[in-house]
Amino acid sequence: MRLVVDLNRCQGYAQCVFFAPDVFALHGEEALVYDPHPDEVQRERLARAVAACPVQAITAEGLDGTGETGETAAGTGEAVLHGR
Amino acid sequence: MAGDDFLRWLRREGRIVIVGASLAGLRAAETLRAEGFAGSLTLIGDEPYEPYDRPPLSKAVLLGKASPHHTELPRRREIDATWRLGVAATGLDTAAKRVRLADGDEVAYDRLLIATGVRARPWPRESEARLDGVFVLRTRDDAVRFRRRLDSSPGRVFVIGAGFTGSEIASACRERGIAVTVAERADAPLVGALGGVIGAVAGELQREHGVDLRTGVMVTALEGDAAGRVRAAHLSDGTSVETDVVVVSLGATRNTEWLAGSGLGAGPRGIACDAGCRAFDFRGIVTDDIFVAGDVARSPHPLFGYQFLSLEHWGNAVTQAETAAHNMISASSERRPHIWVPAFWSAQFGVNIKSVGVPGMGEQIMITQGSRAERRFVAAYGYQGRVIAAVSFDNARWLEFYQRLIETAAPFPPDFATVDRRAEGRAPMPADFPDPSLPTHGPTVTLSGYSPADRRLVFTPSRH
Repeated sequence: MRLVVDLNRCQGYAQCVFFAPDVFALHGEEALVYDPHPDEVQRERLARAVAACPVQAITAEGLDGTGETGETAAGTGEAVLHGR
Repeated sequence: MAGDDFLRWLRREGRIVIVGASLAGLRAAETLRAEGFAGSLTLIGDEPYEPYDRPPLSKAVLLGKASPHHTELPRRREIDATWRLGVAATGLDTAAKRVRLADGDEVAYDRLLIATGVRARPWPRESEARLDGVFVLRTRDDAVRFRRRLDSSPGRVFVIGAGFTGSEIASACRERGIAVTVAERADAPLVGALGGVIGAVAGELQREHGVDLRTGVMVTALEGDAAGRVRAAHLSDGTSVETDVVVVSLGATRNTEWLAGSGLGAGPRGIACDAGCRAFDFRGIVTDDIFVAGDVARSPHPLFGYQFLSLEHWGNAVTQAETAAHNMISASSERRPHIWVPAFWSAQFGVNIKSVGVPGMGEQIMITQGSRAERRFVAAYGYQGRVIAAVSFDNARWLEFYQRLIETAAPFPPDFATVDRRAEGRAPMPADFPDPSLPTHGPTVTLSGYSPADRRLVFTPSRH
């Protein structure tokens, strides 16, 4: 899976840190650091983090397994996530 | 072909070539497909990698929280493109509409997007730049090499230049417990981008975190040992610092050399284009088939006196690419201007620094919220009686409000009360930017009037 956070948009609400603590972390009060290439086991947590971001700053690929994005998309053809 | 017929043909079976396969190139390609471009699409990139994100390379990667090999950008959609990666574009024939490649190939286009970006400015003395232990940090390969060296626990890292990248590197090293010396020509870090008032805060942050910060000095020489490894840096104040790692963070150079002789208005300051992202030729006539986006572009912005802005900003690359792509396949009445309000961020020493507007235009600054001593504040910049920019330290949520002030040319100093106003924020003070006639190493925003024949920008070190 791949992800990128638009840090111009991010306002440090830290919902992603709550939902996917192994992918996102706050560095200090509001600076976000994240793993742009998280492990597959993070899929469901990452999906929740993406959905929960109040400013919709997270773009992720390989989340729903539809193969809709990316010729080289990691994690296509896997289980479709519910609750998004 | 009449205009409408041509556009229909272009959208159905035209050839679009994008030179530059990084953030701007990828987002442009996605936008073209999203807007219905069904012709052939080719992306050319000099690096052998698919588009990857660079901001993590000086932050999460150095902290060991991300791999330098895995910052590839997520795709927004399928783009069905031909990728020519690992081969640089070396020339452009605008009459024949062909891009020449380093391997001798030529690629024909009907519409061209140039998004070749910038590269790290190397240490000017080549023999010293080649010493083992001397690094720059811009690309994935740079990050792999530098991270490997950091992982081997060097005795000291010496950073030349306290712009954003240099400061972020210093921050990551300190967090890893590595001794750091930072040498900066100005009187404080970040002065070129944010001015002396904010630079002073950034300098205190560095020293509090144990950085050996040397300001008002230049590095005069890098010294190597018999085996060709760097062992010391010599400074203009007569001192020298023993070090086994040197990182050269002297800003960036625009990748326009390959356009020499093409007739485009391209030079060391980038490629001039109109607000619709169409490139100017060197005569000042706008082209209609060549577009520009990202760090390499220089375009006029109505909010900032129609000055041509070069913005080496992540967000600019995304929005300018989207606008350029839209305009490439749209009739002139459907075209949009690129009027994105500049914005960027930096994380260093545990503080989230964000900016909107063009701080470099600021004559005055006012701490409108919070306090510098607490490292938590918003500062507004004023230019000719209006708000022109704002910077926040750990106060990002307010910036959107300041963006509205900038967009509406709200009066400066602000004529209303703000939350958490302190004594230090009662009155504006000079923003303290260096004299623009003495270029600094790396303001993230460079401003200039439009000149069709680009004047040469000469690097003139200031004297201290």
